[in-house]
Amino acid sequence: MAKTTFEEISAADFFYRNRDIAGFTNPSRAIFAATRELVENSLDAAESLKTPPDIYVRLSFDGEASSETKIYKLRVEDNGIGVPPRHIPSAFGQVLFGSKYKLKQQRGTFGLGGKMAILYGQITTHQPACIISSTGVSKIYMYKLMIDIRRNRPLILDRKVLINKERWRGTIVEFNLEGDYFRAMPKILEYFKQTAMVNPYANLTFVDPKGRLYKFTRVTMEMPDPPKETLPHPYGVDVELLQRLIQVTPHRNMMEFLRNHFHRVGEITARKFLEFANIRSSKNPKKLAHNEIVRLMRMLKKFREFLPPDASCLSPLGEELLRAGVLKELKPEFVVVHQRRPSAYAGHPFIIEVAIAYGGEIPKRGTFPIYRFANRIPLLYDEASDVSVRVINSINWRRYKVTPDMPVAIATHICSTKIPYKTVGKEFIADRPEVGREIANGLRGAARQLQRFLTRREHVDREQRRLGIFSKYLPKIAQFSAQLAGKEKTPDIKKLLWSVKSFETEKA
Amino acid sequence: MKPKKHKSIITKRRKEVSSGLESLGLKIYEQLDKGDFPSIEMPSRSTENIYYDPQVRQFILGDKKVRRKARNIRHLRPFTQLVWTAFFSHELTSQRKTSTLRDVYYSAQAYEMKFKDQQESNNIITDLETVLAFSREDFNIFPEERSAVFGDLTIEYTVPGYEGKRLNLTSHPDGVMIGPALTSAEFVKTTADKVIAIEKGGLFTRFVEEGVHKKFNAILVLTAGQAPRATRHFVRRLNRELNVPAYIFTDGDPWGMHIAMVMISGSANAAHLRELTTPDAKWSGVWATDIVNYKLPADPLDEVDIKRLYELQRDPRYKDPLWQREIKMFLKIRKKAEQEAFSRYGLTYIVDEYLPAKLEETK
Ligand SMILES: Nc1ncnc2c1ncn2[C@@H]1O[C@H](COP(=O)(O)OP(=O)(O)OP(=O)(O)O)[C@@H](O)[C@H]1O
Ligand SMILES: [Mg+2]
Repeated sequence: MAKTTFEEISAADFFYRNRDIAGFTNPSRAIFAATRELVENSLDAAESLKTPPDIYVRLSFDGEASSETKIYKLRVEDNGIGVPPRHIPSAFGQVLFGSKYKLKQQRGTFGLGGKMAILYGQITTHQPACIISSTGVSKIYMYKLMIDIRRNRPLILDRKVLINKERWRGTIVEFNLEGDYFRAMPKILEYFKQTAMVNPYANLTFVDPKGRLYKFTRVTMEMPDPPKETLPHPYGVDVELLQRLIQVTPHRNMMEFLRNHFHRVGEITARKFLEFANIRSSKNPKKLAHNEIVRLMRMLKKFREFLPPDASCLSPLGEELLRAGVLKELKPEFVVVHQRRPSAYAGHPFIIEVAIAYGGEIPKRGTFPIYRFANRIPLLYDEASDVSVRVINSINWRRYKVTPDMPVAIATHICSTKIPYKTVGKEFIADRPEVGREIANGLRGAARQLQRFLTRREHVDREQRRLGIFSKYLPKIAQFSAQLAGKEKTPDIKKLLWSVKSFETEKA
Repeated sequence: MKPKKHKSIITKRRKEVSSGLESLGLKIYEQLDKGDFPSIEMPSRSTENIYYDPQVRQFILGDKKVRRKARNIRHLRPFTQLVWTAFFSHELTSQRKTSTLRDVYYSAQAYEMKFKDQQESNNIITDLETVLAFSREDFNIFPEERSAVFGDLTIEYTVPGYEGKRLNLTSHPDGVMIGPALTSAEFVKTTADKVIAIEKGGLFTRFVEEGVHKKFNAILVLTAGQAPRATRHFVRRLNRELNVPAYIFTDGDPWGMHIAMVMISGSANAAHLRELTTPDAKWSGVWATDIVNYKLPADPLDEVDIKRLYELQRDPRYKDPLWQREIKMFLKIRKKAEQEAFSRYGLTYIVDEYLPAKLEETK
């Protein structure tokens, strides 16, 4: 019998061993995932200040690794909020460390993305990462660090403090990693294009390993209001969260505990709930036994009288910005956008926004290109498993006079304090019935608008064609009849042409 | 024969045609000038509006009218094409130029008036014929097919460059082509006292060689199958202007019979036109009874022939006893014979025996 050994592994070790679940599956996926994680951190950093993001990304060739993979240097610069110097090592060198654990609509959620990229680079190239950041104060901090995987701790190799004469604010992250850019290229470029589509207020610059420059320029300085932090809604909590709240709460009775730590729970609701759950309002939450905590969680989910979560903490893109983004990146002839009213699943508020673009540069492919977004992140993989795709396929488009041969593209955007991702790789959205229903309603609303547009356009086209035919033939009739009748002057047909439009309305 | 009288016919008709075209133009011009959408009325050519008129002895159009309105978007293009065709015809006739149906189709393109195809342009020409009740040859538009004439008739050309030039139609043994120049020529003098129209080129040549024109004082016309309209009009002119009877010789089958009938009573397709028929012309053979009487070598009728015979039997143009009798006989003997069949009795038998007998019989 083989001898079993037991050992503890760190979070860094765990995620390194299971890097597939974070999207670092192979050299091509890895270079894509690394780029995207850093860009998303930068977007978050700029948006949290309501500053239109300026992001510069450069991938450069740094040496051969094997016949297929090469070593690349990835550099991402932003004009975001910057990282306070004492947090830099942990923010970039300790897995599951992040500033985004509160309930707030953000791209980052797990405290993992940036580190997975750095970790992957470190494992494949054995070189440190370099982080330069300033929050706009008089100094700029530069760290060279590696991650101690076994202990999940940053290893600081070098640290410099520079004078910030120009009061620069932002962050630069640079490290080497192994990858297969040429395989990843289409996805990376698609990623930038779609990111530009849902962030029309951002300037994105990308220089690829061949030195090619891709520029996505903002079309507006308008930005949505930044999302606000919020408390968890009683329907959305689990035992883990309850335990954490009990640990940190300064309140010593259930009444105060409920009122202060939960979203949309006031005194009346709290009292009703405690009656419903048969819990004394004076009970000290710190004294709840484990089975009582489990019961509390169940009762919270059962109680029907909690008000639905308030979505004012969310930051949807808004119809105007969505329209601007779609027009800018897809260059359609026409786009209809539709924002749904806020809704909630399992205590998490969410808002669905959809766009249907028609004509222009949109190809006729027999299937509609689908652009999926979550909290302004494009989702590029596992399309078939996504809820949007299922919903789009289940809609009877012909009812709206939309057929597969038309140049139509569809975009869906979900924003929420908790996107129901199926994996930490953030690639597709689980099929929550509430979410599916909202997407369907949004698409139907947009489809009706599109239908109205198509009908109106058809009418205008018909009018144009009519007028075109009359203005082509009437002058000829005038000319030939005048010549035939031996008249010098051709009869004036302007009045007749004017009247052409009016009989169409006469008939209708 | 008094040449003077004939001479005015062509000029007079030319004047009528050109003033018809001009007044059509004026009518449209005036409607436009008043600020109205112009429209043109013409007899309907749909089958329900085609009747056989026993008085006129040809198909005619009934009272049903159609109106082409420039206000109607679906009429606009054909309306414009019609006005252009009238304009173009006027250019042709006033400049004394001729053209073919094909020419018209192509000429339209020079005026950005593209016709979809030849058929569309032909239809518009037929419309113009219907509106003005002149045939396209009057507008100097001719089809491609040509037939020929031979015999002692002196004509005088009116076409530019040949005005006043005369020609005797015996001057070429192959005959003279019945083209635009001959169609518009005046008849000056003749010694002939009859016209013989022949379906086939071989027999026409035989008749010329055998001197039929002299022996029988005849003008010979080759129809070359179904007679072109210019030829039908030409035979009518010979019949009317020279006041001589016309005899038609065709193959002995329903198709030959119908070639003769169209020359005599016209076709439904030309119900909107007059002056293409020669109602007094005679079909002189080859009859079904000739096949029997002359014991001609014959082929059996096939299905299409028989079907055609039944159609003709019900056709109002065929109601005369002679036609009905011959149709019945064809159906009885179920045989058909070509004109060449007489060659079994020697090459000249048809001229020496058959022709005089039939001319006498159908006098
Ligand atoms: N460009 C940046 N500017 C400012 N702060 C940053 C930047 N990049 C990372 N950070 C900080 O570092 C933290 C860790 O980032 P990381 O990408 O590892 O996790 P996350 O973004 O919180 O979650 P996720 O795993 O979903 O990406 C962030 O929460 C943020 O506070
Ligand atoms: Mg992140």
